Formats: sequence, structure tokens, C-alpha cells
Amino acid sequence: MTDLSSSHAWVRTKDAERLPPPPNTTGVVGWLLQNLFNTPLNSVFTIIGVAFIAWIGWGIIEWAIIRGVFSGESRDACVAVPDSGACWPYVAAKFHQFVYGFYPFDQRWRVNICFIVGAIALATMAIPSLPYKKWNALFLLVVYPLMTFVLLTGGNLDFSTSTLLGIVGLLLLSALIVPLLAFGIEEGVQRNRTALLLAGAALLIWLVTLFISMPEINLLGSFVSVSTLAVVALLLAAAIMSLVHEASSRDVSARSALLGWVGACCAVIAVLLVMTVDFGLVAVETQQWGGLLVTMVVAITGIVASLPLGILLALGRRSKMPVVRLFSVVFIEVWRGVPLITVLFMSSIMLPLFLPEGVNFDKLLRALVGTALFSAAYMAETVRGGLQAIPKGQYEAAQALGLSYWRTMSLIVLPQALKIVIPGIVNSFISLFKDTTLVLIIGLFDLLGIVKASFADPKWAAPQTASTGFFVAALMFWVFCFGMSRYSIYMERRLATGHKRRGI
Amino acid sequence: MKNMLMSLALGAGLSVAAVSAASAATLDDVKAKGFIQCGANTSLIGFGFPDDQNNWTGLDVDFCRALAAAIFNDPTKVKFTPLSAKERFTALQSGEIDVLSRNTTWTMSRDTSLGLKFAGVTYYDGQGFMVKKSLGVNSSLNLNGASVCTQTGTTTELNLADYFKANNMTYQVVAFEQEQEVLKAYEDGRCDVYTTDQSGIYAQRLKLAAPDDHVVLPEIISKEPLGPVVRQGDDAWFNVVKWTYFALLNAEELGITSKNVGEMMNSTNPEVTRFMGKEGDFGVAIGLTNDWAAQIVKHVGNYGEIFERNLGESSQLKIARGKNALWTKGGLQYAPPIR
Repeated sequence: MTDLSSSHAWVRTKDAERLPPPPNTTGVVGWLLQNLFNTPLNSVFTIIGVAFIAWIGWGIIEWAIIRGVFSGESRDACVAVPDSGACWPYVAAKFHQFVYGFYPFDQRWRVNICFIVGAIALATMAIPSLPYKKWNALFLLVVYPLMTFVLLTGGNLDFSTSTLLGIVGLLLLSALIVPLLAFGIEEGVQRNRTALLLAGAALLIWLVTLFISMPEINLLGSFVSVSTLAVVALLLAAAIMSLVHEASSRDVSARSALLGWVGACCAVIAVLLVMTVDFGLVAVETQQWGGLLVTMVVAITGIVASLPLGILLALGRRSKMPVVRLFSVVFIEVWRGVPLITVLFMSSIMLPLFLPEGVNFDKLLRALVGTALFSAAYMAETVRGGLQAIPKGQYEAAQALGLSYWRTMSLIVLPQALKIVIPGIVNSFISLFKDTTLVLIIGLFDLLGIVKASFADPKWAAPQTASTGFFVAALMFWVFCFGMSRYSIYMERRLATGHKRRGI
Repeated sequence: MKNMLMSLALGAGLSVAAVSAASAATLDDVKAKGFIQCGANTSLIGFGFPDDQNNWTGLDVDFCRALAAAIFNDPTKVKFTPLSAKERFTALQSGEIDVLSRNTTWTMSRDTSLGLKFAGVTYYDGQGFMVKKSLGVNSSLNLNGASVCTQTGTTTELNLADYFKANNMTYQVVAFEQEQEVLKAYEDGRCDVYTTDQSGIYAQRLKLAAPDDHVVLPEIISKEPLGPVVRQGDDAWFNVVKWTYFALLNAEELGITSKNVGEMMNSTNPEVTRFMGKEGDFGVAIGLTNDWAAQIVKHVGNYGEIFERNLGESSQLKIARGKNALWTKGGLQYAPPIR
């Protein structure tokens, strides 16, 4: 008889005790062996790389801290030490200029408020778990710019009669768009033909008055030219006609378009009121702005203006309407075909020659408009990349659901497209932020400009002044750009719902 | 749409706020708006730069202050527009500024075809040389056989060649692309001589580890007359700017300083009484008050004081008066009399 148990030498009934992984595959050592020293070639590269980093890092530390001069009242302190490194008292004396430029000392709280409120609003906007995103966005895009405008310049604008007339005219003209929005272009034109004709007549008269002067009549104590009156009257009639037409219509979209127009008009009027009201703030000319303040104003205006403009241009370029498409293509290609430095030169050197004598646009405003339009063109192409990546099925599905063009875009296409191009968008933002340094060549002091200007102060002109100043400027730029890039990576990860790929 | 409207409105509003007339009567416009818009340097050591307290300082800047003192009896009634070299003339032509005082070299083409007018020479600049004190050289005529550090592609190099050739001397040029490189090479002893415009040499010397070991030679080998500029076709304004400059010089010549201007009021010297406006209507004749010149000296000082404060011994630069001394002291600064 065979003994079953003895025919098998030995059967294990319990799991063997788990051994720890080999010591050279875990922990720091394991990671190093796996990633940095896995082949002889990699080991060599690692050693060279570490040596290089150590060399550079030590150089910076040695220059900035060990040999650095930390106290003193003038250049003598930095010159007195033989073979001295960074001249930090110079930075301490000039740092307020790096941040505020020549903004008056007693008014700097205004800049501080703008910085702080902006930072808080941006932070609450950027942290996804916080509520009231819509209101926050409204604050950031409408209230905050207005607030900074009033705070930084002092507000209390003085509009001339012609400017006010121009604004009224534009508002009335915008009323004509309401039927077009409600019924689409063809039907809108048909329903509102008389009003459009009236508006056309008004534009014609206005064009004629550019070349021929008209007699003026006394109206309520001020002289107004006959043609101005005629233009305003015609526009008013046209606007009333199209609005009455909307109001009498029972169509829902007509009503909502009308409401939207009324809301927009109220907002414009409110904005004008806020800008003209005297808040008792001292006016600070943009010439006195400088440093980080100018860099932030130019960059943020560029960023905020370029995204919506860019999206509209991208949609326009893919539109089926030939005029819209042509306009978008021409706009984008013209601005992309010109270097930013040329745009700035044009705005600061050519523009004053074209304008009538005695009329000057604010220099900073010129630079702002230039950079905003320039970056909008780039943004448009970035967004178009995203739009083209959306499969046709998405558009067709939206149409099958009966969504209008704008709803298709805002609900289906853009959310997906924009998510794809986040890296591209942030890339544009970062390059725009750094491009702001170009305003130096038109005599505006951005961060880099003001650092350079401070080299000319004989009180601080020392061998190490320039290197210290550039080091600080580089550091400040890097902090902002790195922050933007980290946030974009975070957003990408959060929004990576569908087609997530590795290696973000 | 709303954003566009807003920016339109904003642009129009700002443009109206920033209107400064470029019409022929600049003096009347300046008086009406209550300040002078002065085109200044973005930053040039000794001539126009912001100090720690945000005050614009320098010779060119002080000239604008003198102008404000002459017109308003208040040197603070001036606003500075920092301008880059490229946009300075446009700013003047378009009426953005009333006067350009920004180390601008007086040349024929600028004076004639650009539609500008130079009111005088507030600083005679020109190319100079710096050597180490230890070399014991005290004139650039002793530089035979020297090696000279300079920037490539500038007129500096051409002037250098002309000068050495004209004086039958040999030299070796060590040229670099960047200003900082030139200075570094000179400091490291790769050449004996450093050359650029003389005011620039003094500024660069401050960036050396031991400025006192280096000496700037007295000779100037090229002409760079720097001065304030106005638009052509407005003689009244041109006169005011020109005579503000002359008043600064006359004050120095007559010994009137910001400290003794009060005592000088009682002087019986006919030249001084005319200067002070106690005799004749010279100020009223150019559209100012009769004590215009006294106001300038009271608030800003005479030319010598301005020079000392910004460029001379009491500044960090320690530039010698040289060609900028009065004609009575061997320089070129010369003003017609007030009579």
C-alpha cells in the first residue's frame, strides 16, 4: 500500500513569509538606481548634471549671499567690500520703485488695494471648491477692471460733448442689432428695413459732415451743429422703431434680445457714470505708473481682452459667412504678420502724426490696445486649433438636438475645445506677460524698464548694481510665470475627463 | 460689444484729458494749462534719472525746472515725459511735449529738415579717453602705441581712427559689442585706454571697482553739443527757452547764485539790475514777468550751480567743467547780455 502522504516529498500548506524587496529597489536608493544610475551612460550623465547644477547653484549662493553686501546707504557700501557680490541695499532702496514706479508715495494704498483685491478675487476664482463662481467672474471681469481704473487713475473723467454724442450714437446704433440677434440676419433685416434705412441715412450725413462744416444753432445755451442734431434724430427714430418692433413681438427670443440690450445699455451708462463721478481721489497720470504695476496692467488687460476676442476671431475664421470669415482672416494675419515691437512703435511714433494736432492718446492706453489686439490674434489661432480637434459628430449631435449656433458653441463645442488648448492658452499668457518688457522702447517703465532706469542713479552705480538688478527682475518674472504654468497643469488634470493621456 | 464700447469711451475720454496744444502759441498754451510738459531721458546718469525718492534729477531735468521757474515762479510746475531716443522727435513734433531736454545732439539735419530748433548748448560733450592713473599719462597726445577698448559699429571707432591718424600716432583697437564688455576688458587690463563720450566715461567710471585709480584725460576729440529743442515756427516760445538758458549763464557770470540772489536785488551794478528786472522791461517783452531771471536763479540756481549739483565735484560723477566753463574761464559757455 502506498502511503499518499509519503509519495510527495513535501507540500506547502502555508504561504511563505514575504521577504522585503531587495534593498536596492526601494526607497531613495532604489529610485536613484532605477532612474538615474540604471545604465553606465545614464550614470555618467547624472554625475555631470549634478555637478553642473551644484556648480551653478553654488555660484548663485556664493554671489548672492556669501559675498553679498546686505547693509549700507549708498554705492560706497557695495564698493567698499573688495570682490563683493550682490548689492542688496540698492534693491532695498529701489524696491518700492520696482513695484510702484513713480506712483506718489501717499497714494500707494490705491495700488495696494488693487493688488490685494485682485489677488483675492483671482484666488477664489482659481480654487474650484469655492462657490459663487458666476458672481466671482462677474466681479473679476466687470467690477474689478472698473475699480482699478478709478483707483489707479483717480477717475473723474471729463467727457467732451462730442465724445458723449459719439457714445449715444453708438448705443442707438446697437439697438439696430437687436432684431438681427433675435431673428437671424435675413429675417431681421426684412422685419426692420425702415429703421436700417434711417440709420444708413444718419451715417451718410455723419460722413458728409467730416468734410463739410454745417451751420450751428443755439440749443439750451450751447451751440450744436444742425447735422449733429439730424444724425441724432435719425438714429433715435431708427432705434425706437426697431425696439418697438421687438417689444410688440410675442416671440420669446425677441423679448430676451430686447432685455439683453436694455441690460447692456444700463451697464454702459453705469460704467460711464462711475468713471465720471468725482470720488475725491487725486488724479495720477499714467506717466507716473511704473514697475510691476505697469507690467501687471499691460499683461492682465492683454490676457483678459485677448481671450474673448480670440475666441470670437477663431469662430469667425471658421464661420460660413464670407464677410465675417474674411474679416477674421485679415485681422489675424495682419496682426500675426507684424512683430509686437512694430505695433508698439506704430502706436507711439506713427499714431501721433496721423492724429490731428493737439490730440494725444495716453501712451499707456496706446500700448494696452496694441498688445491686446496683438495677443488676440495669437489667441485666435490657438483656439482654432482646439475647435478643429472637435469631431464633426459633436456639431451634428448638437444640431440634431435643435440647438442654435451660439448654444452649440457655448454648450458643446467650446467647453471641449478650450479644455484641449489650455496649454496653448497659458503659453500665450506667459509669453504675453514677458512681452510686456517691450513697452520699455516706447518710454514706459515696466518692471525691467524701471530696473534699468535705476542703474542711472549715481548714488547706486557700482560694479554689482546691474547684475543685482537683473537678478531681482528675473526672479520676479519667474515667480509669476511659474505660478501661471503650475495652475494650468492643475486645471488640465482636473478637467481631464475623457481623453486623458499620460505624460502631462 | 460692451467691452469695446467701454474702451472706446475710455480712449476718447483720455484723449480729451490729454490734449496738449501744438499750436503756434506754445507759451500761451503752457500758461493756460499751468505746467510745462518736458521731454526727458528715460534714464541717463547725471542728465535725467529718478532718484530713490522718485524725483527726476539731472542737468537736463533742471533746465526744464528753470523754465518753469521763469514762467510760473515755481520750479515744480513741470511734468516729465520719459522718451526713448527713437520717439523723442515725434513727441515734440506732435505737440505731446513743449520742450525736449534730453541729451540731444545738435546737428544740421535735426536743426533744419526735422522742423526743430535748438535753443542752445547746455552741455558740450564729445569723445574722451580714460586711462589708469598708474600709467602716468596726462594728455591723449601721449597715447602713441596704446591699445584702446571701444564699442564696435559706433562713430566712436571712426573718431578714434581720425584722431590718431591726424596726430601721427599708432594704436591698437580692442572692440566689443556691449558696453559692459568694453568696461570689463578695460578693467581686466586687456587695453590701456577706454573711450566713449566723455560724460559716459564718468558714468562708467563709477561702475569700476576702484574709480579713483582711473583718470579721464582732458581732451575731447569729437563734437556732441547737447541742448534743449523746440518746434520751428514758434519764435516766442523759442525765445523763452533760449533766454532761460542765457539767464543761467549770465547769472553765473555776474556772480548771482541761489544763495545771494536776495542781496543782489540791492546791487547797483547796472548789469545786475537789468538781470533782476529792476531796470527795463526785458521780461515783459518776451511774455514773462520782469523778475523772470531772478526767479530762475532763486529756485534752480545758476548754470554753475546746476552743473556742480548734477555732474561736478559735489556729485558722484565729478566731471570737470572743461569746455563747459564760462568763456571768461576758458570754456565755451557764452551768453549775450541782457540789455
